[in-house]
Formats: sequence, C-alpha cells, structure tokens
Amino acid sequence: MNKLELLEILEDNARVTPEEIAVMLQSDPASVRRAIKELEENKTILKYMTLVNWEKAGEEKVSAMIEVRITPQRDVGFDAVARRICRFPEVRSVRLMSGAYDLAVFIEGRTMREVSNFVATKLATIEGVVSTTTHFVLKTYKQDGVIVDDGEEDRRLMITP
Amino acid sequence: MNEAWCERINPVVKNIPSSGIRRFFDMVAETRGVISLGVGEPDFVTPWHIREACIYSLEKGYTMYTSNSGLLELRCAIARDLAGSYGVTYDPRKEILVTVGVSQALDLALRALVSPGDEVLIPEPSYVSYAPTVMLAGGKVVPLPTTMEEGFSLHAHQVEAAITSRTKLLVLCYPNNPTGAVMSRENLQEIMEIVRAHDLIVISDEIYDKLTYEGQHTCVASLPGMKERTILLNGFSKSYAMTGWRIGYACGNPDFIAAMTKIHQYTMLCAPITAQMAALEALKNGRPAMERMIREYNRRRHVVIHAFKDMGLPCFEPRGAFYAFPEIRATGLSSEEFAEVLLQEEKVAVVPGNAFGSSGEGFVRCSYAASLEELGEALRRMAQFVRRLGVRPRVISTPTRPLLSRGTGMNAAGSARP
Repeated sequence: MNKLELLEILEDNARVTPEEIAVMLQSDPASVRRAIKELEENKTILKYMTLVNWEKAGEEKVSAMIEVRITPQRDVGFDAVARRICRFPEVRSVRLMSGAYDLAVFIEGRTMREVSNFVATKLATIEGVVSTTTHFVLKTYKQDGVIVDDGEEDRRLMITP
Repeated sequence: MNEAWCERINPVVKNIPSSGIRRFFDMVAETRGVISLGVGEPDFVTPWHIREACIYSLEKGYTMYTSNSGLLELRCAIARDLAGSYGVTYDPRKEILVTVGVSQALDLALRALVSPGDEVLIPEPSYVSYAPTVMLAGGKVVPLPTTMEEGFSLHAHQVEAAITSRTKLLVLCYPNNPTGAVMSRENLQEIMEIVRAHDLIVISDEIYDKLTYEGQHTCVASLPGMKERTILLNGFSKSYAMTGWRIGYACGNPDFIAAMTKIHQYTMLCAPITAQMAALEALKNGRPAMERMIREYNRRRHVVIHAFKDMGLPCFEPRGAFYAFPEIRATGLSSEEFAEVLLQEEKVAVVPGNAFGSSGEGFVRCSYAASLEELGEALRRMAQFVRRLGVRPRVISTPTRPLLSRGTGMNAAGSARP
C-alpha cells in the first residue's frame, strides 16, 4: 500500500474509515488498519484533530506570534530553551527560524492582557531568552491549508457533454 | 418557430439533430437539490498559480492579438511537453496551432480536410461534437460501434470493414468520453497498419491523455509512420482544470497546419491572449497541482467502480478520463427513462448513454469529477434506486456502510467546494 497516499487522504479528512480508504487504494481494510496503526505507533501520525472556527462558535480568542531571540547553549543549542517553551499549554506552536530572530512562538489566550501577561512573566523570564517581540493576530484568512469563510462554490452547469 | 425563417436556414444546419441532452438539461435545471454526476468537466477550479499568472499578465497589459498560430513561447512549451511525454517532436513554428479549445481545433481539422461526400469513421459511443462537426464540414459520418464486452475498444477489423473508396479520416478519442476506455499500444498499432495501408488520415483527440490511471497513454502520433498522417488535438481543459478558458492546440504536418491556420486566421484570428498566458503558466509550473488532481480522480474511480459492483450494475472498468459508463439494462428502463426517473425520485443527474450515439443505449454516463462526499451520497441514492427496480448484486463485497457520506468537503488540490 502507498503510505504517502494514505497519509494524504487522512491529512485531508481524518474521518475517512479504513473501509473507505481500502476501496480508494485498492487494498483491504485489515491492511489499512495495520498501516495506520504502525504510522500512529512510530509517531508519523501525531494526532487527529478538528479545525475549529472559534469566532463562529462565539468564543473570543486572542492569539499572537512572538518573535523570540535566545542565546544558544553549549551542547544543546536552541533545543533546551525551545523545549521549555513548548511545555506551556498556552503555546500552540514553536518553530526555529532562519533570519532576524530564533523562535517563532504562537500563543493563544482569552484576552490580550492574558497573552501579554504570559509573555512578560513566563516567556521573557526564561533563562537564555534575550528578547521578545509580540505581534497580535488581527484576522485569520487561511489556516492549515483551509481558507476561512471561503465563498467559493460549484458554479459548473449541471450537465455538460 | 416561424416557418418562413426556418426555411431560410442552411439545410445542412437544419438537418443536424439538436443535442440529445438539451431537454434533459432543462429538466435538471428545474429540479432543486440535485447532485449532478452529469458534468463533463473537473470539479476543481483552475489552480491558483495559473489564475494568478493570468491576472498578472492583464496587469502588465497583455491584452492584444497574438500571431494567428498563437504565442511562439506557448507553442515552444507545447512542443517541449509533447517531446518529453511521448517523444514526438513538432516544429513550433510550422507544426503547432493554438486554438480556442479542442472544439475549434476539431472543426478546423475537419473543414481543412473533408471534401463533400468524404466519409469519416467515428468510434461510438463518442463525444457529442464529432458527428455534427463532420456534417457541417460536408462529410458523411460512419459510426463504428464499440461494446462493453470488448472494453469499448476499437478493433482493426472493424476499421477495415468500414473502409470504402470515399473513406478519408478516422477520428479517435482515447481515453474516451463517455466510456473511460483507453486503447492498448498493440491495438492502436494494428489499427494504424490498416490506416496506412488505406492511406487514411487520423484526427486524434487526446484531451484526456494525462488522466490515464492504468498503464501508459499511447500518443497516436508517436507510433511509427503516424506523425505525418495524424492531426493531434489536445488542450488544457481537463488536465489543468481549465475548461472555461477555451484553450487547446493542434499539431500535424506543416501542410495540414497551414490549411487549418488559413481558416483560423479568417474566422478566429487568434486564441485569446489571456488564456494563452494562463496555458503557458500551466505548462511551466502546473505539474504538481495536476498530479494531485489525478491522484484524487483515481481514488474516486475506485469508489465508483466498487459502488456499481455492489449495486449489481455491470460496469466496464474505466482506465482513463473521469467517467464511468455502467449498463442499466437490468433495471428494465431505457437510458433516458433511467436518467429521468432517477432525477425525479432520487435527485441525481446522470447523462443518458444514447446522447453519445445509439450504441450508448442501455448505459448512463456518470462523471466522478465530484467531491468524494457528493459522489458517496449520489451513489447511495443510485443504489437505493436500482434496488427498488429489482436489481440485485451477484456478489456482495462490503455493503457494511455507505461510502463517504460525510466529511469536510475538502479536496486534494486545496480548492475547497462545499
């Protein structure tokens, strides 16, 4: 079975069942189940999640991207500080970047005060963090490959030769 | 209808039967909540990088005529693409003509070659335009019926048997609309021996060439001795999801292309530059997006074949294009009745097979250019319908649950459609 294609299908829609995937990939449900299990066990598949438009749910959320500059440490480089930052549940993603700063940290909170507070008291005070620059998100247009409020519809004629 | 005016219409035009799916189209348009498997075009929108390149070209002021043959840069890119894919080399200056879709290229080729009374061989079931275009060009259509039992393939003996002293052309379209059939290289070679022996010319419409799921597509012009006697037609509509752009091309020997260009320059002048710029971008950078779409079609193809098997409708396994052509005789209905009652009772639109020639009677065309969610729901409704009509599968494979009845509505090319 083509594992890359299996992953492509699941990345697009995690709710497709092994039976359905088996039809699409010309395999049998047992093999698909086995392949998925293996990919889960070796952490190729990290998690199944739902992409939520919280604004529609009436939930106020504030998110910010923080540019973090850090002093790399002997032996562990950027990893030790990055891993430390990862532990906070407020932190949605941490990425090491090339360019003017080192870590791009995405944070989510209920209010602006909560986010600023987190940056000032938790993030900036970690040993090895040299500086932080906070950018609040004003609007999300596209997330994880999905255009939010995409007005695109099927405009094709119903019958064409 | 006004008799006086009708009499003034050219009898050739008057005698062409109006499209068989016109009436059905009106019926579909009046019904609400229909899921359509009757659409002969990709459900993907044109990949954004192509649309974006086109917008950029407009901003830069590319709004003028091009040479009659089309932008030289585009013709060069077409030549490179064909050489890379099939090893067939065309001189972009003399042997390639950019047209307004394959439809125009077909019209030009037939008008350039057909003299009054010439016979044109057309395998059936076939795309709806071939026969009328031959008639408009003054030719006589000779249909070559193909059958499901033979995999909707054309055979050399059929071609040979149909040849008369007036036979001039053979029109081929593989992968085929509406059956999804492809032709094996050996089979094509046998036919081409007959073609060469009787000095015929082939017009090969290969618009679905990239949508070949099993085996390799064989380009007719790449077969030994066929380049000079083949007019190869292709375009961007299907492989790059660019139907509405109306951009295609014809390749052939310099004499044929010059004759076609003569008609083109007086009747069309040139294909729109905006679409040509977009086509150029498609050839330059379109491959990854195209491959994603092809993988997606292939998965849906398996879903559709599986579903018809479960329903008990015999269906030839399509190997190309994005159509399945199941046989519906077991329901006791004709193609048109099946399509109409299915529309009324289950709100699913399919195209009656007889729209593609009389050998399509007893079949319906189902396009799988629809999202997996829509496809799953349409197939579930169809299954209900044929069951009510007493059709039972001989072997039940996995009828445990409906296929893909829900989901997020996203598709692989990243262009979401609800």
